Amino acid sequence: MTDLVVENISVLARESVLVDDASFRLGCGEFVALLGPNGAGKTSLIRAGLGLQSASAGLSLLGGKPVDALSPTQRARQIAYLPQTRPLAWPNSVRDVVSLGRFSHGAPLGRLKGLDAEAVDRALQACGLLELAGRRTDTLSGGELARVHCARAFAAEAPLLIADEPIAALDPRQQFRILDLIRAYVDQGRGALVVLHDIQLAARYASRMVWMKDGRIEADGPPSETLTAERMRDIYGVAARVEGLNIHIDGAA
Amino acid sequence: MTRETLLMPTLIAASVLAILSACFLGSTALPADRLLAALFGGAEAGDRLVVWQIRLPRAIAAYIVGAALGISGAALQGLLRNPLAEPGVLGVSASASLMATFALYYGIASITPWAVPIAAIIGALTATGLITVAALRTQSVVTLILIGVGLSSFAGAAMSLLMNLAPNPFSLSDMINWMLGSVANRSFDEITLAAPFILAGGATLFATRRGLSALTLGEEAAAGIGLNLRRQQIFTVVGAGLATGGAVALAGAIGFVGIVAPHIIRPFVGHDPARSLVPSALFSGLILVVADIFVRLMPTSAELKLGVVAALIGAPAFVWIAMQRRTGND
Repeated sequence: MTDLVVENISVLARESVLVDDASFRLGCGEFVALLGPNGAGKTSLIRAGLGLQSASAGLSLLGGKPVDALSPTQRARQIAYLPQTRPLAWPNSVRDVVSLGRFSHGAPLGRLKGLDAEAVDRALQACGLLELAGRRTDTLSGGELARVHCARAFAAEAPLLIADEPIAALDPRQQFRILDLIRAYVDQGRGALVVLHDIQLAARYASRMVWMKDGRIEADGPPSETLTAERMRDIYGVAARVEGLNIHIDGAA
Repeated sequence: MTRETLLMPTLIAASVLAILSACFLGSTALPADRLLAALFGGAEAGDRLVVWQIRLPRAIAAYIVGAALGISGAALQGLLRNPLAEPGVLGVSASASLMATFALYYGIASITPWAVPIAAIIGALTATGLITVAALRTQSVVTLILIGVGLSSFAGAAMSLLMNLAPNPFSLSDMINWMLGSVANRSFDEITLAAPFILAGGATLFATRRGLSALTLGEEAAAGIGLNLRRQQIFTVVGAGLATGGAVALAGAIGFVGIVAPHIIRPFVGHDPARSLVPSALFSGLILVVADIFVRLMPTSAELKLGVVAALIGAPAFVWIAMQRRTGND
């Protein structure tokens, strides 16, 4: 079973500390929400955890091996990554973009065979994109594009997934659809770490919430334990009322 | 996908046809039977001379120069994720021809025949490397193209300086040939000097083409799906530098072919940069052979330069493609 273990990672950029001595674990069967205000260091933590950014201290282990000892291909087969910005340089077809998810398995675009073709079909099916498979991506709506990127990440069929703000700028229905897709992915025995800004949705979907502020992980635990009015004030600086998993934000504190 | 499967056979057939036509057409038209006889070793010595010493090498030079610029253009577009990237626009061709002129001017070329191609390749690699260093620092393609304009202007100015200082009118006219780009009077010897570099560059680009598909998703996601970014950048830069340098060593600076051909090819291959490389190379070669036939047949007092004709067609196409781009893409 693959897991990602981040141990005491720090990331420095020039004089500022982006991530300060952060540790967390992502295992299979977990839906982890990574929360925190803008600039808290969530993306830096993820990138350092994936080995895409060098850490000044600490260690990140994927399946028991340091990530920087893995080749990019070996890493990509174990952990799929959906970054925050998702530009598409060319107006490819939906199927071609999703096929890129099989890159680490060596699949060339346009000539997928066997397991690669099946994985792409499963990802298209799971994300409700079979009818759109032949469409050019520059003709899609924001919600459809979000599902294409999800399908691209799913197509790798990696045991773990990290998604950085996958539901930003989506309407409520599309937000639920994307999170449902990720939950279905987790229900297949995989693990997902998702950066979210909607605390309500995070509490509803996540099995664990990791709270970050100023580069530090302030709390890590199930929503029932870590979602409190005090935490909302500490982390986000907002006055909030918490009733079970329901949250009402009244305003800036 | 019948359009895509038909693409390669069509391009290959058209290329062969264009090269045969280039042997057939000219100031003295060779009838088909004499042309075929000359090609396959028969015929009179005069016909063989015209075909093997003049027309065929010239057509093949035009073709491989076009192919080198086409594959470099398609690969650089994939790497920089922009349809306007091209050796000419990015100043790579101008830098290469500056270095080649330099080698000629200081007589380094008389030491070894490899001096000109190697100088051109050094110029091409320097420019491509600079562009890529800039590309790592900025995401703005406008910036990259401005850097290319700067490199071109600098190479142009340095070239003018060399021309100012030219010792005699003969070296002056040599330099003008390099600046304007031409495949007139090329022999198989010159092709043999440039071809290894073009082949090595083309093979490098072809071998690393999958990474260009991955870059469609942007650098962050491309790294996420398992692309070694640094390695891809180095291979594409070196491949495009070798191929463009070789092309410039053979024909001087010929611009814009590397933009026009991939632009037309892309819709046929699902806009995938990897799949566009080889068809773009064949199509660019085809364009230059046809343009060179046109140059030869034009009843002008002095023969037009191939590079001039390519720019006359290519520059408006560049402006048109630039205007088609939606704002906010950068």
